[in-house]
Amino acid sequence: MKNKLKQIFKGGLGQLTIPLIAIALLVIFNLIRDPSFFSIELMHNNDGNIVLAGNLISIINGASELAVLAMGMTLVTAACGGQDISVGAMAAIAGSTFVKVLKASPSITGITVVIAFFAACVVAMLFASFNGVLVAIFKIQPMIATLILFTCGRSIAYWINGGATPTVESPIINAIGGFIPGIPVPTPVLIVIAVAIIFALAFRFTSIELFTQSVGINGSAARLNGINSTFIKLLSFIILGACVAVAGSIAVGRLGLINHETILLDIEMDAILAVAIGGNSLGGGKFKISGSIIGAYVIQMLTITLYAMKVSSTDVKAYKAIVIIILVVIGSPVIKAKFQKLMNRIKDNKRKVSVKGAE
Amino acid sequence: MEHELLEMRNISKIFPGVKALSNVDFTLRKGEIHALMGENGAGKSTLIKVLTGVYQMDGGEISVDGDKISIRSPQDAQNNGISTVYQEITLCPNLTVAENMYIGRENGVLVNHKSREKSADKILQELGIPARSTQQLGSCSLAVQQMVAIARAVDMKCKVLILDEPTSSLDDKEVNMLFKLMRDLKAQGVGIIFVTHFLEQVYEVCDRITVLRNGELVGEYLIEDLPQVELVAKMIGKDLDELSSLSEGEEKNYDNAEVFYEATNLSSSDALSFDFKIHKGEVNGFTGLLGSGRSESVRAIFGADKVTGGTVKIKGEDVKVTKPLDAMKHGIGYLAEDRKRDGIIADLSVRENIILALQVMKGFFKPISRSEAEAFADEYIKVLNIKTASRETPIGSLSGGNQQKVILARWLLTHPDYLILDEPTRGIDVGTKLEIQKLVLKLAEEGVSVTFISSEVEEMLRTCSRLIVMRDRHIVGELKGKDLNQAQVMKTIAGGES
Repeated sequence: MKNKLKQIFKGGLGQLTIPLIAIALLVIFNLIRDPSFFSIELMHNNDGNIVLAGNLISIINGASELAVLAMGMTLVTAACGGQDISVGAMAAIAGSTFVKVLKASPSITGITVVIAFFAACVVAMLFASFNGVLVAIFKIQPMIATLILFTCGRSIAYWINGGATPTVESPIINAIGGFIPGIPVPTPVLIVIAVAIIFALAFRFTSIELFTQSVGINGSAARLNGINSTFIKLLSFIILGACVAVAGSIAVGRLGLINHETILLDIEMDAILAVAIGGNSLGGGKFKISGSIIGAYVIQMLTITLYAMKVSSTDVKAYKAIVIIILVVIGSPVIKAKFQKLMNRIKDNKRKVSVKGAE
Repeated sequence: MEHELLEMRNISKIFPGVKALSNVDFTLRKGEIHALMGENGAGKSTLIKVLTGVYQMDGGEISVDGDKISIRSPQDAQNNGISTVYQEITLCPNLTVAENMYIGRENGVLVNHKSREKSADKILQELGIPARSTQQLGSCSLAVQQMVAIARAVDMKCKVLILDEPTSSLDDKEVNMLFKLMRDLKAQGVGIIFVTHFLEQVYEVCDRITVLRNGELVGEYLIEDLPQVELVAKMIGKDLDELSSLSEGEEKNYDNAEVFYEATNLSSSDALSFDFKIHKGEVNGFTGLLGSGRSESVRAIFGADKVTGGTVKIKGEDVKVTKPLDAMKHGIGYLAEDRKRDGIIADLSVRENIILALQVMKGFFKPISRSEAEAFADEYIKVLNIKTASRETPIGSLSGGNQQKVILARWLLTHPDYLILDEPTRGIDVGTKLEIQKLVLKLAEEGVSVTFISSEVEEMLRTCSRLIVMRDRHIVGELKGKDLNQAQVMKTIAGGES
């Protein structure tokens, strides 16, 4: 135990330190403010299912789309040293495709939902590949390349929807955004867990982590070691595309309708923020997916905390910004280096004291 | 007493752990073109950077026209009439020629474009530079861009003009244009410091040569007193007599051995067409001064640059090697010249850096398990005696020599049949250098073919049984057997005439 602690201190500020501290501070703050904030209860919902309820559940549930997108965004960031700002617009396209296919079938069954989801996946991955080709082959800066879909994505969704905001009424769709009968945990949370497991398996059974990091840290060396960096960059976008389809489908499930104007609006910035709060360099290279997931929950917990404090939804953004400034500055290389120096000085002093003691 | 245009006395510059310059003297006279020569790390660029205010010197003094001056910034240097034109053009290609010539030199906000263009055209005409002031700089050839940079310097009333590798990206015609301009300026009394690695060019245009080696002054010579072959000897640091008396290395003949790799008319975007072959278990070397094309040639073999032509046979079979992965799959490994840029993945651990090439060869869907990777890393850390806190330490925090060993381990782990080592011993301590040389010989004994490149000819003589000599991007000789000695190498590098 002592050795482990020592190791953590020896490594200085680990990547996950800041997001974990942020979560801990938010938890402590809420406990002091209102000890009942984290109380969880079992209750009957409108459909008569027994489900978990409470602030904690709504935080974890509400962050689902963000967490899924943050995972994909981490890969793109690591490989390309830039971010995809079109994920919100792409989610509108994916969600619209999802609804369109559902509406096309006479009755909504499990099979049609699966088919609709795959259709949404394919469409989102195609659009993501468009971004990927611009970045990986034409070497356009990711933010500029994805600005195109950011601008026109919601218009494309509008065309898919034929100008309306179609609704889908089906217990299966409700279950995707809410609860599966008999399971008290919100389905989006289960989906996040499933996606995280898929990522973990991909890291375990392919070399994607090593190759992506190599391309992001030193593209020239990666190339000379035979890594096809174009493929790796393209792959990161395609994976992000799949994440977008998942997030879009969850969002459709929550409301039972697709509104291309508002679905997952502004989520791209939160996704990028989640990656940054997770201690990942936005310049690419080394990354930890777990950091980004925690980052997503930090953002959501912050939002819900502010709402719980009766901050109006217009003001929430301003308060959120203040906390984020603090987090980002603490996590900045300058502060990290200062902290490292301080630690070294403390260590030196200790050594001096012990040397003196020995004399 | 007559004062020289520029006098640098006892210049010293210390970097953490390295004395880059120790008590170097340099004198530049009015109206002279003076070559500053030395191999990599000799201190040429440090001296130039001290003179131009990029670095602060740690000792010594500089005077211009007899007045002692202190140079704290590039601005100081310019104010004292010292101007530099760097190898890479540092002007703005999307501005016009006139704008480039006056950018950053005008005080005040208002600009009179007309008068500016007029005076720019006048200077261009005087210097015979084929460019118009209103033309976008980017639309001129590289040579003209360079000349515009020189014109800018001249117009700033510079007395000392420093040209750092100005000819490296110019063709022969452009070089002649540049030389004409240099001679014109010389006639006007400007002192020119010319840094280049093209020996012929030095003899074509320069009056004097100052040679540096390992941060120390070797000497200043009039061009006619220093034949080319002696210049090479001075740069590399061996007396010719001493060299001739060196005993020859062990003679090995591979002519009857199996040919592992053979290229005919191989060329790449950076290398001119050449023929090359290497036998199984043979160690050969490419030698030549920096920029002679030795690295570009081996990069072409590995497919590191765009291969533009030629045929390649490996073990007698026709194969295509157009990208690094092709070469790796045929058993070729390549340790790149620039370790930082092309070798290490700085933020990743020693373990990840060691398994990288093997992992790539195994493929995307067959990751090496963590325990296997740890075993590989531990094995090579032990075999190569890599000094690292642990196998999980980021490679970037290791010393240069140990980084190099990790990269070596990376390629050894792929069990190559043919290993290309470009400057594996650069910038690392003597002990490690010897270890690497021994390793090369051991590999050869085990049947691995090795191409070994080093700026230190001695190292190559110790390890190689055949040396390919390059000059100005062409192969100019192949030495083996009794020809394998420093005197002969230098004669071939310098060119047959002396």
